[in-house]
This record gives sequence, C-alpha cells and structure tokens, in this order.
Amino acid sequence: MSTEVKAAPETAVAAKEPSEPLFSKKNKLLLTDPLNDSNPITVQVLGICSALAITVQVKQAVVMSISVLAVMIGGNLIISLIRNIIPSRIRIIVQLVVVASLVILVDQVLKAYVYDVSKALSVFVGLIITNCIIMGRLEAFALANKPWPSILDAIGNAMGYAWILIAVAVVREAFGSGSIMGWNFIPDAWLITNGGFYAHNNMMILPPMALIVVGIIIWIQRAKNTALIEEH
Amino acid sequence: MKIIKNLFDSLRPSFEEGGKFERYYTAFEAMETFAFVPDHVTHNGTHIKDAIDLKRTMFLVVIATIPALLFGMWNTGHQHFLALGQFADLGDGMMEKFIFGAIKVLPIVVVSYAVGLGVEFGMAVYKRHSVEEGFLVSGMLIPLIMPVEVPLWMVAVATIFAVVIGKEVFGGTGMNILNPALTARAFLFFAYPTKMSGNSVWVNTTEGTPVDGYTGETLLAQSINSSSSYIDQAGTAYSSVNDTIYAAFMGWIPGSIGETSTFAILIGAAILLITGIGSWRIMLSFLLGGLAMSLLFNLWDVNEFMRVDPILQICMGGFMFGMVFMATDPVSAAQTNMGKWIYGFLAGFLGIMIRVFNPAYPEGVMMGILFMNVMAPLIDHYVIEANIKRRTKRAALAA
Repeated sequence: MSTEVKAAPETAVAAKEPSEPLFSKKNKLLLTDPLNDSNPITVQVLGICSALAITVQVKQAVVMSISVLAVMIGGNLIISLIRNIIPSRIRIIVQLVVVASLVILVDQVLKAYVYDVSKALSVFVGLIITNCIIMGRLEAFALANKPWPSILDAIGNAMGYAWILIAVAVVREAFGSGSIMGWNFIPDAWLITNGGFYAHNNMMILPPMALIVVGIIIWIQRAKNTALIEEH
Repeated sequence: MKIIKNLFDSLRPSFEEGGKFERYYTAFEAMETFAFVPDHVTHNGTHIKDAIDLKRTMFLVVIATIPALLFGMWNTGHQHFLALGQFADLGDGMMEKFIFGAIKVLPIVVVSYAVGLGVEFGMAVYKRHSVEEGFLVSGMLIPLIMPVEVPLWMVAVATIFAVVIGKEVFGGTGMNILNPALTARAFLFFAYPTKMSGNSVWVNTTEGTPVDGYTGETLLAQSINSSSSYIDQAGTAYSSVNDTIYAAFMGWIPGSIGETSTFAILIGAAILLITGIGSWRIMLSFLLGGLAMSLLFNLWDVNEFMRVDPILQICMGGFMFGMVFMATDPVSAAQTNMGKWIYGFLAGFLGIMIRVFNPAYPEGVMMGILFMNVMAPLIDHYVIEANIKRRTKRAALAA
C-alpha cells in the first residue's frame, strides 16, 4: 500500500512534462487490447494453470482475479519505477523478489479477511508468483515503460485474465454445482438423489472441463474476431 | 420412388440460389442425396471409381449394428423379467420381452438421432457446408453403449457434446481425433457416474419387486468384487466357467444395450469384413492384444479378477463391441497397415489392463480405445518415417 503513495509524485512528475494526455489513444489501447485482441489467456495462452485449477466456483475466481490485479498493478508500478536502476543481468531476480513480496502481502490479506476462500485457493495464491502473465508483463512492458502506462497495462491484462476466469467459473459452477456465487438456482427437489430428474455434471468439477470451456471461449472469440485467425 | 423423386424436384427451385430457402440448401441437399445417389460427378483429375460413397458406407455400418440392436432390445426385456422372476426360461415370452425392450430402447435411439442430426444440420447451415454423413453411424452407436436406465436428457447432452466437441471443433466428419460415440460415453461416464455405472443402471426393475438374490451386478462387476462363481439376474449361480462364458458369448447378461452379445456383434463383424468396410487388421490385433493381456494377468495371478479366463474376459463388457464398431472407425484409427496392427493391439491390451487395474473404471476398453485414438497419428508418423528410412537405405545401397 505504501508503494502506491510513493508512486504518486512520480506520475505527477511524468505528467508535468509536455507529454500525451492521461488517457491518450495509445494508453486506452493498453487497457482494452488485453480484453480481446491480446487476451493473456485465450490469445497468449498464459496463466492457464490457475485458470484450470481455481474456476470451480465463481467466488474463488473473483478473489483470485482481484489478487492477481493487485499483484500486477503493484509489480508493474514498482518495476517501472526502478527500471533504470535494475542491473539487467539480475533483473529476473529483482522481479521475483518484488512479485514474491506482493504475493505474500496479498496472501496475508486473504487469510485475514476471506479465510475460507484462501483455504480453498490453497497453494494457488502462492503460485501467483509463477503466473506467466505477471512475469511476462514485467519483462515485456514495465521494464521499458513509464509508471502510468505500466499501471494501465497491468489493469488491462489483469482484467483480460479476470473476465476469462470468471466466465469459465460461471459455466463450471452453474453446471457443476447448480449455483452461482454460492446461490443455488436448481431446486433440491429436482435432483435425482431426491427423486427428481436432474443431476449435476461431475465433469464440470474436473479440470479437463475447464480446458474445454476455455477452448470453447477461444473458438467463439476467433469466430467473432477475424483478426485472430492465423493465415496458413 | 417416383413420388419421392417428384417431391424433391418440385422443392428444388426454392432451395437453389435465389430461392426462398437458399440458406438451407445444404439441408435439402443432404436429404436428397440420402434418398438418391447424386447425379453430379467429378469432372477433372484422376479418381478411384467405386460403387459406394460415404453415405452408403455409413449405412452398411448401421446395418451391421442391427443384430446387436435387436438382441439388445430382447435382452433388455429378458433381464427385466428375469429380475422380477417371470419368464425365467430363455424361450419364454419372446414377444413380451422384445416389446418391453423396444419400448425402453427406441426412445434412446430416437433422441440420439434427433439431437445429433439436429446439431449437424444446424452446424452445416451455419457454416454453409454440406451436411456430413458421419453421424449416421455415431447416432446408432451411442444408444448401443448406454445403460438402459440412462435418462433421455443425459443422452441428449452427451450427443451434443460428442458432435460439437468431439467432431465439429476439429472440422467435422473425417477430421475428428476421437471417436464421437465413445466421446459421448466417456462424457457421461465422468459427468454422471451414478447413472452410468454401479448396479442399478443395467436392468429396469422400476415396475415390480426383484426376486431374492437379485443384485443387478454385471459379470464385470462380479469379477471386480472377486466372486469366484458368477450368478445371473435371478440369483442362480452358473454351474461352471464354461456356462458363464456361454452366457456371456450369447449375451443374456446385463450390460449396456448393444454390447452384451458377442454373437450378435460377430454377425455385424462379418458384415463389415465381407463388405471390406471394417479393417480386419485392427479387429484381429485388438483381439490378440486383449487375449495377451488377459493371459499375462493369468500368469501374474494376484487377485480374483486377474484369474478370469481370457475367453470370458474378452466376452464380458464392451470389449467385443469396442473391437468391431469403435476401434475400426476409419477416421480415428491409424491409417497405415503396420500402424493398424500396433494401434489395435495396444487398444485391446490397454483396455483389459485398465479394466483390471482400476476397478473404478470397469469400462477400460472405452479408455483404451480413446487413448489409442489420440496416439494413432503418432503411430502413423513413425510407421511412415520408418518406411522412408528403409527405402532411402535401399536406394543408397542400389546406387
């Protein structure tokens, strides 16, 4: 949290220079591009592991998305601020230290405020450190750009990650457990175990189905967005 | 015949370019070529001239499944009445058994075809390509590998999954990696295990009280539960192993609708082999693979299931059905002759292996075939590579 307070004067300095407006076309693109055209999950195919593991319930996916958003903003900002003083030979270690500290912070906050979700996410909060999206953005963007665009880039990519995660989780929770955010919309009397006709789809609970759901999202996305179709 | 022809001729203008239903031309064309051999021919290039096209090929496979289907209908009734202690003798109540079975089985067939063809037609109209014939066979195979008590909506969901995820995402008929019918079954097996395995799904007993000693177990389940002697649905023990094998071969045992009778399946196999549609290499190597694994287990001899007679092992469960109708699927199987031997052998081998090693997956044959479906392109690749290497060597020697 303190890092963001420190960050303010830096951006202010950057803004004083005769430069582009805060939300120039280029900066807006940083926000919107990762939502569709260069989505971290469906186009760059990064961060798949967590997308498969924690999308059984929407609540977990939302918490995970917020955690990744926080870590990405913090990480991109800090790396962008110190980008000129990082010796390039040890930059990966520096990035890891920054991300790891942020992840520990996030982990502690989750444990303090949403203990049950933290328990369900288990090791995957810690594994945010190894999430390719975060390291990828640090390496590819924050190291070479000013703080403000870096923050926008972090928000854009985290949002691109989040909407896929939540979309997959909605499908999986709706069909796998008959609920959304823990709210049951399938009456208990419908279930076969209670003499009804309906049964929850167990396969939705299994990770392979997450892969198939992500695949379907990619399919639909490519059908709508012809720019993504590779030429052969 | 003339009437149908006239009907198509009168309908054609409204489906052709500029017509009212131009968008649905593919659907019209599919129906027309289904009824009549199309009159358009290829114009250029060299082609192999053959009397049957894809539609007739598919139709012959459907005909080959009919013995298994008819037997399955009778057997559904037989198991039902046996469990209730009526018509205990095989010959008794033929018609009652058959009609009872038909009432249970036909809805599954209808749902499978209606949903599957609906999805196929929808996809064809949406993607503007002609309707593909692949589903004619899948639509028949899906009901045959379902337990009789499966709810119809599950069949519908599985069929949609199989057609869309198993086939259309890869580009439709001829492009699929996995066998669509097995995809449907695997989906149901993992999605709704309570309705796809266990003791309560194979025999319909909702309309009466089962006799004493009734368990609803299949022979496979009895093997897994390490019973040294097998009992039938009326609770009577088979007198000897040979008796059990005979029952399993003829097929009056509980199981999925079309897979119980090895005999009926072999009639289908004969049709496929005589017409040259099914690959004898795959069938033979599949059989050898299964027998080899069963014999190995006999030698290993750790638990009751490993001691099962190899002949009984291959007559139980879906082994024969998988061998004749699933593994031979020309799209998802290996294409090279050598590859077919390897593919078939390993599919049978793995099928029995999974079945015996993991009691949670009694239908190991399904897993074995799906696994080898995935491996088939790899096998083909190495067979072709080896051939190229051998011939380059020969050419180098000759030069």
